[in-house]
Amino acid sequence: MKDFNVVGKRFPKKDAIDKVTGKAQYISNMKLPGMLYAKILYSRYPHARIVNIDTSKAEKHYGVKAVLTGDRIPPLKFGFYKDNTPLKTGKVRSYRDEVAAVAAIDPEIAREALDLIRVDYEELPALFDPEQAMQEGAVLIHEEQKTNVLRLPWALNIGDLDEARQKSDHVVKNRFKLTWVTHCCMGTSGAIADFDFQDNLTMYSITQIPSLAQRDFNDALASMGLKGQARVIQTTIGGAFGSKLDTYAYEYIVMLLAHKTRKPVKILFTREEEFFATSPRQAAIVDIEQGCTRKGRLTFRNVSMILDNGAYTSWGATTPTVMMMPISSLYRVPNVRYKATCVYTNNTYSQAMRGYGNPQATFAIESQIDILAKEAGIDPMEFRLLNSNMPGDMTGQGFHLGTCGLKDCIERVGEELNWKSRKKIEGRGIGMASLIHVGGGARVYKSDGCGTIIKLDDFGKAYVYTGATDMGQGSETVIAQVVAEELGINVEDVTVINNDTNVCPWDVGAHASRTTFIAGNSALGAAKKIKGQILELAGKALEANPDDLVAKRGSVCVQGSPEKQVAIVKLLRGVHYKTGGTMLMAEYFYDPSNELLNKEFKGNTSMAYAFGTHGVEVEVDKETGKVEILRYVSAHDVGKAINPMLLEGQIYGGAMMGIGYALSEQLVLREGKVKNPTFRDYIMLTASDLIPMKSFIVETEDKHGPFGAKGIGEPGCVPSAPAIANAIYDAVGVRVTELPITPEKILAALKEKESER
Amino acid sequence: MKETVTFILNDEEVRVEVEHHWTLLQVLRDELGLGGTKEGCGVGECGACTVIIEGEAVNACIFPVLEADGKNITTIEGLVDREGKLAPLQEAFVNHGAVQCGFCTPGMIISAKALIDKNPHPTEEDIKTAISGNLCRCTGYVQIIEAIRSVCERNKQ
Repeated sequence: MKDFNVVGKRFPKKDAIDKVTGKAQYISNMKLPGMLYAKILYSRYPHARIVNIDTSKAEKHYGVKAVLTGDRIPPLKFGFYKDNTPLKTGKVRSYRDEVAAVAAIDPEIAREALDLIRVDYEELPALFDPEQAMQEGAVLIHEEQKTNVLRLPWALNIGDLDEARQKSDHVVKNRFKLTWVTHCCMGTSGAIADFDFQDNLTMYSITQIPSLAQRDFNDALASMGLKGQARVIQTTIGGAFGSKLDTYAYEYIVMLLAHKTRKPVKILFTREEEFFATSPRQAAIVDIEQGCTRKGRLTFRNVSMILDNGAYTSWGATTPTVMMMPISSLYRVPNVRYKATCVYTNNTYSQAMRGYGNPQATFAIESQIDILAKEAGIDPMEFRLLNSNMPGDMTGQGFHLGTCGLKDCIERVGEELNWKSRKKIEGRGIGMASLIHVGGGARVYKSDGCGTIIKLDDFGKAYVYTGATDMGQGSETVIAQVVAEELGINVEDVTVINNDTNVCPWDVGAHASRTTFIAGNSALGAAKKIKGQILELAGKALEANPDDLVAKRGSVCVQGSPEKQVAIVKLLRGVHYKTGGTMLMAEYFYDPSNELLNKEFKGNTSMAYAFGTHGVEVEVDKETGKVEILRYVSAHDVGKAINPMLLEGQIYGGAMMGIGYALSEQLVLREGKVKNPTFRDYIMLTASDLIPMKSFIVETEDKHGPFGAKGIGEPGCVPSAPAIANAIYDAVGVRVTELPITPEKILAALKEKESER
Repeated sequence: MKETVTFILNDEEVRVEVEHHWTLLQVLRDELGLGGTKEGCGVGECGACTVIIEGEAVNACIFPVLEADGKNITTIEGLVDREGKLAPLQEAFVNHGAVQCGFCTPGMIISAKALIDKNPHPTEEDIKTAISGNLCRCTGYVQIIEAIRSVCERNKQ
């Protein structure tokens, strides 16, 4: 193993001091001179015609500076399918539909003005069940599309499924149901829009896709007939987890209000709005069938899904692309069929959330692996080992696995849970589940790239301008470590600038667990370029061949003779302070050679793949149905941990989110209305639920990754739910196929099992 | 109708004109410019707004400002000493990776401080209970508890 100076070390997060002192500026802290405050009026019905909107009283209310409705704004469409508008005209399609918006001198006045707006509706029949919405003759949610089924035909076929089914010794078939859960970012959503008098827009934003958001905003400016350019400045982001992978109506609304009033306009969601007016993880109905040979080799996997799209289409509608990954490639499975149907309903529209479809798919696959293993009479851990992916595998979907530590992960978790030699205790059980995820970027957009610019000042400090977003995960620290390692300087001497599209290069966004890998490689590329310049200068100064030089601790020395050295600062000043001087700068754009999926949804979508296994021991109280987690173990193949402390934080945080998905979290919708828009009723786990967690890092050092690293942002939350479901089955013999696995569901299943006897 | 409220805020006397219905959080953030204390829910369910009033951790978002009159109040801004040195809890949060997005962090640290001020040697259960009203979506609480425990262990020495 290579000897690193800063890579692999537990450096504190660079912005942590600002955050522990209260100095960090979130969107909720931002205030501009003369700023107005916006509030949005939402629909009173899940599906209705807007007959009339009377805003006259609101407009006369003291302190109100502008009131907008759909027919008073330019035609402006947004969203992945361009089926959404900032303010609705003609009709509303869900309770969260924006009907009118107000800008006023303070938020209280803006809220009062909303009460003065009168909207007359004519209610329409509404659809809340995607299976009903799919039926022929169902009421249309978007009439112009002539069907409620989205024209996004997700279909993957590998091998000959029917033949494989015939030849299988064991076949199992189940239906799993996943419900909505939401990100619960602790900082609520918000934005400030500010125009200059040349119609240039500055958007203070919490987006995790600054470059794509800038593009969306530029498109909106064009739709407004404006020639200005959008600049996106990200404030400190109070959590994202995929929720900010799109632009939203509220952002266009403040943009429109700011342009109308020529004043900066801010919006900040209340917690209630955050629950009902932001997009949760999709609800899904999953029909899955898998088969194996007598010896336990997987023969086929057949998955069919119905996804509740809600009333509009976000990027989140593309999650089937990611669901395909575990469906085709978690374990060696030679024949695969997958079909997903996205259906419009009058429910809230969904969006990406950590894992991007993977937690839903993996819940079905890994729950059923246990069912199949039992059917075949094989221990579930043995079954997984037998079918494990291996390094160098090429999967049916066309993924080149390269490094793969899955087998190690399964074994590590098995050892820790004492899997093979455990004694069965009444009411207790153990379970495990694994995951595959992209770990080396994901080409879901035309570019999977990220740019970096580095400048060195006269004091030997590096300024790194990256497209990569930090939303708390620590990318700014990892990027600083990468640059510091390559240049042989201290992490403290690297400043990362990552929040302004006028300054930072392009990046496709903080998604697909790609930032460490892609932005890390980009930073490494720029650092290598600038290091080449340093070594060349040092070569001249030391009269040595640059190839024989190493940069370490702020100096460059000749390999093997450390006494022959020169300080980097001296080199920098030397070339700067002279006639015809220069300063050292470098730029690099890294776009990996991964592939866009072809028409058959095949191709090597990522440069590397991340693997992991979670194992859990539970105790189930048969009287109350309550599940107690006694132990929680995870093992992740991360390639190389550039910062183990921050990496563990991703795993712990991800697992806790996954455990919440498994046991307690649910955004309850009744006829399209969110019934639990509070933290009292939406049950997130707290410190008092804290589970004894242990995480193991498996390092496989991927040749494509920066210093061997692969992604880890999402994997931590992927296999928790099936691992827990499997442990519950092991404990009390009931299989709950619908999340969250509440005590009520366990009791009902126990009762059913009892009655079957 | 405004009324003057006087209290000790981070060791300094503060006088502020307030409306009757204002909360302490509103006054701290909007009137006094102390943005470290966060609003996560506005109804006392997430703990992001936790401050210390007379030694007790309190949700400032549901604390009527009129009741703050004459009280001794500490916010996250009051933890750094006059030389700008971080308090042990702040340092521990930084060094244990207990901070990710950071939105819950001030409230979390304040809850931990209220606990340790009263009980310098808490058990792990005490720590979990003390911060059970502070929601965090990023960390899974593991490194937060490690950070708090490290400060308590230092207290033992």
